[in-house]
Amino acid sequence: MSKELIRLVDCCMAFDGEQVLDHINLYFNDSEFLTLLGPSGCGKTTTLRIIGGFITPTSGEVLFDGVRMNDIPPHLRQVNTVFQRYALFPHLNVFENVAFGLRIPKEAEVNGKKKKVKLPEREIRERVMEMLEVVSLKGFENRKVTELSGGQQQRVAIARALVNRPKVLLLDEPLGALDLRLRKDMQNELKRIQQQMGITFIYVTHDQEEALAMSDTIVVMDQGRIQQIGSPIDIYNEPKNAFVADFIGESNILDGIMHEDYVVEFFNRKFKCLDKGFAPMEPVDVVIRPEDIDIVAPEQGQLRGTVTSVTFKGVHYDTIVDFKGYKWLIQTTDFHGVGENIGIVLNPDDIHIMHKSEYSGMFGDYSSYSEEYDEMDDVTLLDEEDEEESHEE
Amino acid sequence: MRNRRGFFALPYVVWMALFVVAPIILVVVYAFSAAEGGFVIQFGSLTLHLTLDNFAKMGDYLIVFTRSFELAIIATLLCLLIGYPLAYVLARETAGVQRVAMMLIMLPMWMNFLLRTYSWMSILEDTGLLNQLFSAVGIIDLGNWINSGLNSLCAALNSGPVALLNDLLGTQWALDTARATDMEFFHMINTSGAVVLGMVYNYLPFMVLPIYSVIVKLDDSLIEAARDLGAGTSRVFRKVIFPLSLPGVLSGITMVFVPSVSTFAISKLLGGSNELLLGDLIEMQFTGMAYNPYLGSAIALVMMVIVVVCMAIMNRFGEGEEQAVML
Repeated sequence: MSKELIRLVDCCMAFDGEQVLDHINLYFNDSEFLTLLGPSGCGKTTTLRIIGGFITPTSGEVLFDGVRMNDIPPHLRQVNTVFQRYALFPHLNVFENVAFGLRIPKEAEVNGKKKKVKLPEREIRERVMEMLEVVSLKGFENRKVTELSGGQQQRVAIARALVNRPKVLLLDEPLGALDLRLRKDMQNELKRIQQQMGITFIYVTHDQEEALAMSDTIVVMDQGRIQQIGSPIDIYNEPKNAFVADFIGESNILDGIMHEDYVVEFFNRKFKCLDKGFAPMEPVDVVIRPEDIDIVAPEQGQLRGTVTSVTFKGVHYDTIVDFKGYKWLIQTTDFHGVGENIGIVLNPDDIHIMHKSEYSGMFGDYSSYSEEYDEMDDVTLLDEEDEEESHEE
Repeated sequence: MRNRRGFFALPYVVWMALFVVAPIILVVVYAFSAAEGGFVIQFGSLTLHLTLDNFAKMGDYLIVFTRSFELAIIATLLCLLIGYPLAYVLARETAGVQRVAMMLIMLPMWMNFLLRTYSWMSILEDTGLLNQLFSAVGIIDLGNWINSGLNSLCAALNSGPVALLNDLLGTQWALDTARATDMEFFHMINTSGAVVLGMVYNYLPFMVLPIYSVIVKLDDSLIEAARDLGAGTSRVFRKVIFPLSLPGVLSGITMVFVPSVSTFAISKLLGGSNELLLGDLIEMQFTGMAYNPYLGSAIALVMMVIVVVCMAIMNRFGEGEEQAVML
């Protein structure tokens, strides 16, 4: 059913000798909502800019329908971009912003001859109005873009890109500047537009929740490399390594040893699991999602521990439990107070086994829980600013 | 305490009243009065002779008005033609190059304005630096040679096809055969060209700086967006960069045109007595032999009104672009 539109073959990118993309191989299908997900500086925006034509990869190939596009400038590519900060033209009103692409004479075949053809004004008007309706901005066509709210500007940017009927729409963290509420609304809106128009969206974000909610396919990136490609459910349930497990949702990641198919040992205890295909006695990373763990009375538990902190999160409690000096995050709707002794039960399908990777030992330990949270917030803020600066280069 | 801000504004209000508003009122009053005659109004010991005579005399100076505006417009256009590309190229350069270039543009402005104009005098004089250079390099000889060539060509044409045409149509046409062939210098000083040169030289930075500062602030993502939507380089410039730089262009035009139209030093030094401009005319009424501050004020007032009207039209034209700068 799905046809391949764009393929990146062994794409590498270096800025001033610094490797930003490391042999990216990726293809994009027709009518697919694909998300490039990763932390700041992972190369996701660079990948998008290579597809858009704003930068040329240092090595590797960019293929559109099998044709090499490396050196084709952006204005000759059949993709359009929604920019991080919308980049609307402040001197034009909403209508003219959306009509910008349509007013450019396009090369077309007329009586067997190639000619630059201008769209008739009537058609431009029809297409712009139609598109404003798609993004729910009917009646705004004569407004100044500077008078619109962030969400409305966002819609104008989307309409301006989509009105050109691109085969692929590139979106570079388009919801980054919106507040949480608006962001959720726009997520639904974007998904609806994508399905209505039936075109490919390539979406860049560092927000894993956004990626899970909207995508058909998620590409998790870090350090210029693709860590995992898969559907949201696959990525969440079957993370390939500790980085993916930690970046998508919360994870307790432990060292374990795979004894044989379906049997893993950690904390000196054997557990049943659903994974196979590992070498006998292979050291592995064990992922246990905090929401999968059941808390029971201490004497009934497979493991026993002590609650060291509880945070109320609305729907659930984040409970940190100390197991022999190793702290786990458990999310339950039941309250267990600090100091309480509890037991836990792990079912085979709660346990996910991953091969060891370069990320082993870096994630999934909640020993310094609260501090880690604070630091993470700071780091994301700083990184984002850094990233913006590097974009401007 | 409630009027704290008003309190801090007070010195400026006083300053403006004393040195801006009061002089303008004085000029207006002077423009509508004369030394004697007219409609007499008595304020205590102050006697005003109100009259419109000054404006009636304005017609005599029409040629000066047109020349002033003509030269100022030419100078402004030249500044724009030279300044815009310069500002544009500069704004896209690296920060280091920008700093050095800005320095070079500003540097002459740290020197006295009159001094700079005087030095142009010695450059443009008949025996000045430029003519010495031209004669040393042989350009003047070349000019003479070209002129004599043109003369003989025209003479040949006159006796040939032109004579034939004259016979046919009964006209008396003749091509000029008397071009100077014994020039020792090019005559550059005391021409309107020299005045325009002086204006362009002195006021170019005022065109470059505002345009530069607008373009340098332009968001790169706007240019990327335009390219992404299918615009080639020239379209990006015409539809995005240029319209967004209009506020800079407008303030550049204002900052060059206004001093150009009212200058008197440049025309005096580089234009000699041939190129009398409004500035000179006004100056003469206040300091010269033709002492007549009433007429001087009237001319100044008319000039001011024309300039204000021009600027208002210009700004109306550029309306709506203002927000662009703030983005």
